[in-house]
Amino acid sequence: MIRVILPYHLRELANVGREVQLHVQGPVTQRAILDALEAKLPALKGTIRDHGTQARRPLVRFFACEEDVSHDPPDAPLPEAVAIGKEPFFIIGAIAGG
Amino acid sequence: MSGVRVLVGTRKGAFVLTSDGKRQKWDVAGPHFGGWEIYHMKGSPVDPNRIYVSQTSSWFGQQIQRSPDGGKTWEQAGNKFAYDGVPGTHKWYDGTPHPWEFKRVWHLEPSLSDPETVYAGAEDAALFRTTDAGQTWSELSGLRGHGSGSRWQPGAGGMCLHTILLDPADPKRIFIAISAAGAFRTDDGGQTFKPINQGLRSEYIPDPKADVGHCVHRIAMHRSRPNVLFMQKHWDVMRSDDAGDSWREVSGNLPTDFGFPIDVHAHEPETIYVVPIKSDSEHYPPEGKLRVYRSRTGGNEWEALTKGLPQSDCYVNVLRDAMAVDSLDKCGIYFGTTGGQVYSSPDAGDNWAPIVRDLPAVLSVEVQTLS
Repeated sequence: MIRVILPYHLRELANVGREVQLHVQGPVTQRAILDALEAKLPALKGTIRDHGTQARRPLVRFFACEEDVSHDPPDAPLPEAVAIGKEPFFIIGAIAGG
Repeated sequence: MSGVRVLVGTRKGAFVLTSDGKRQKWDVAGPHFGGWEIYHMKGSPVDPNRIYVSQTSSWFGQQIQRSPDGGKTWEQAGNKFAYDGVPGTHKWYDGTPHPWEFKRVWHLEPSLSDPETVYAGAEDAALFRTTDAGQTWSELSGLRGHGSGSRWQPGAGGMCLHTILLDPADPKRIFIAISAAGAFRTDDGGQTFKPINQGLRSEYIPDPKADVGHCVHRIAMHRSRPNVLFMQKHWDVMRSDDAGDSWREVSGNLPTDFGFPIDVHAHEPETIYVVPIKSDSEHYPPEGKLRVYRSRTGGNEWEALTKGLPQSDCYVNVLRDAMAVDSLDKCGIYFGTTGGQVYSSPDAGDNWAPIVRDLPAVLSVEVQTLS
């Protein structure tokens, strides 16, 4: 079971709580998590990554085990603690502005 | 019992203001979609309870919401806006080619005949259409593809398609406007467009009389005379009597001919309204006095409307989509400010009062007249 923590606005949009639990087939990567998340919550399509390019939106960040993994390749394996559900995968709206 | 419903889009959510035909006491509902930028809300003329909303965020992108019941409940619609084919480039601020990138929807214009059909004006400038109530969107790419797109350039607010006027007399004719490309018209339902900027003069571009490149802020028409268009340009208030084929200036005695919104009285096609704004750098009312100007002569001769509006220390702006009129008798005029006030006048502009004073910055105001 993968645990994903959503930012406030995406929780409101998808009408879910702070944490979403997902089943992911195969290696646990950013892409696999986001594919599973969008399959479970279609309301989130286009909000985390671009519809066409599938690139992460510029002001969205990903954290795993207290590390910013936003710039890691989308198919890179995430830490074991995330893969076994011990640690959540955080999707965060970047703190921007003054 | 008649009434009005005012749809207000703000930097931090959507608000629905309702009143009876007297327009003295108001109910305020919202914020809906709190924290999101609501660029525009508009109801279907065919089914007024069907309301469409452009909800956007720099973080999480574009959403389209629709309501089946006048704003009581909302349904998420489709948010995939893909340019048709390879979008190519437009001019960037420094004049270099820049790829077309979808950013947000500035304006939604529901069809005059079908509640499921809606047009959407996007940044970077393009016109989209849905025929299934917003589930899917397709670009009317004849606009970008007509040849001048590579010469369009963003204004300070972005390269936005902000005005969509549907001709009540001709379903195949649509007028649109883009900052900073100018005005365009299709006569074949959106397959092809042509620029309609003859007569515009913009000293801030290399060729002041160029066919494209003008920073048009807003266009308005009266539904009984769709060939007569009124335009608030970056500078100059303009008028066309031939569906945009030619324009002439009607700024007349305005204290400044810069501004953003322009609108037409619901029952008097020659009565028009603007809000002069000091520019090019300040973007607030001249002398700190918030004044709507009314012309009863289709331009050139303007009178200041001030009763009930702040006449000192007022430094708000009124954005291009933030003015609207109802169709009651007398015609009501409404506008919202970047300071969060929404003002209404139930008597065509003679007297004003705030409906609300402390909303987030107002991006758009639309009014529905309900029977």
